[in-house]
Amino acid sequence: MASEELVVVPLRHPWRWVSGAVILLVIAALGWAMAEAQIQWEDVPGFFTHPVMLEGLLNTIVLALAAQGGAIVLGVVIALMRLSANPVARWFAVGYIWLFRGLPVLLQILIWFNLALIFKNISIPMLFSVPTNVVMTAFVAALLGLGLNESAYMAEIVRAGLSSVDEGQTEAAKSIGMTPLTTLRRVVLPQAMRVIIPPTGNNFINMIKGTSMASVIAFLELIHAANNISSRNLEIMETLFAAAAWYLVMVSLASIGQHYLERAYGPR
Amino acid sequence: MALVEAVGVRKSFGHTEVLRGIDLEVERGEVVCLLGPSGAGKSTFLRCVNHLETIDAGRIWVDGVPVGFRASGGKLYELREKDVAAQRRDVGMVFQRFNLFPHRTALENIMEGPVQVLGRGRAEVRAEASELLERVGLAEKAGAYPAQLSGGQQQRVAIARALAMKPKLMLFDEPTSALDPELVGEVLDVMTSLARDGMTMIVVTHEIGFARSVADRVVFLVDGAVVETGTPADVLDNPQQPRTQQFLAKVL
Repeated sequence: MASEELVVVPLRHPWRWVSGAVILLVIAALGWAMAEAQIQWEDVPGFFTHPVMLEGLLNTIVLALAAQGGAIVLGVVIALMRLSANPVARWFAVGYIWLFRGLPVLLQILIWFNLALIFKNISIPMLFSVPTNVVMTAFVAALLGLGLNESAYMAEIVRAGLSSVDEGQTEAAKSIGMTPLTTLRRVVLPQAMRVIIPPTGNNFINMIKGTSMASVIAFLELIHAANNISSRNLEIMETLFAAAAWYLVMVSLASIGQHYLERAYGPR
Repeated sequence: MALVEAVGVRKSFGHTEVLRGIDLEVERGEVVCLLGPSGAGKSTFLRCVNHLETIDAGRIWVDGVPVGFRASGGKLYELREKDVAAQRRDVGMVFQRFNLFPHRTALENIMEGPVQVLGRGRAEVRAEASELLERVGLAEKAGAYPAQLSGGQQQRVAIARALAMKPKLMLFDEPTSALDPELVGEVLDVMTSLARDGMTMIVVTHEIGFARSVADRVVFLVDGAVVETGTPADVLDNPQQPRTQQFLAKVL
């Protein structure tokens, strides 16, 4: 008996076949519905490369990069204040995060855009004074609304990253005579990056899509561009689909960038 | 004047007084081992010597300079962290948990201080760092990251990193306590050869054998105070205080 060769019969998974077939069926049905839909598919590529759409794309990219870049710098500053020995700085950071994280981005954009209603001029006495209307363009209002909200999130991400680095690392840096600034730059931040980069990448992807909120104050980003084009030809869905395609392109590129950044700062 | 002079050093964490007036002098080239039960304040005292902890009372001088302060006009002015950093350049420290920089190779760990703190040229520092790696027996590990090294190897790199700053004084905070027993020897060997070369060393350790063979003087601490001090032969083989006798009876 013991020497007899026993044949192994693998477990069958019939339900995998069934569920797979159902999923394929659903996809086919959706594809058929799209093909049957009353939409001029042949017009979409034209809208995709329409000059107004490309201008909206450029504005979207500039706004997203500027807001995220500013948010990272501000976020580092707020995080350092949050971890500072100075109680006033600490409480300021807590209040800052509470306020700018707590309010909807759309609301913040609207408040910045309408700032001229309550402050005619932006000025520092004796130094300068400019009319609020002139300074607070749609771009600036969107930049402030998106960037300040994001900086509050970045502050928490950076704080978590800095706190994740072992205290022994700081002590070792001190023991070879490093100043606090060099310790931060050479020892703590590079190690904190591993914790900071993944959520920052996710937030940037959110930021790309969040720029669409600037359309409510008539900033010419992708959605507003799509609306501009469709207001002339009434092809609303065709232009929105063209904009959708650009969002997917940008988000895909951002994901690839995030992947390489994570690898560069990954564990050794 | 002694290289290290500590007078009446006191330190509390919250309501717990960890150091209750420690007096200690360490001469140039002397190797002093701090022994005692856990919680005696050995590590805390060591960390006070390079101002990783701020003392509450008393003074510590290293090479005639008050640690963490600037003496001027009969007063001691507390230093900024930046100026304390400058004082620490001359004092090397080796930690129980190695604390190597995990994102840098063994060689880069050793080069970090001379390049970033002293602003010296990379090429020259690289050559010195390679020599130091060879001295601790790890020449072939220059490109390895800490995670790729054993505990004993990491601790030897950590010693080399401290030596790269050409310190006047080396502080060892239980350097072998986190190591597998079979790796303790290689680290103690490096420390022994360092002592032979005339380095001034303060070593917190539980390695009685090392203290006996290498230390010039042994200081026995209990509850934040020095109970007994003398040559290893006196303290380890002929302890006078009952507390010392008790401790040694357990560990020997």
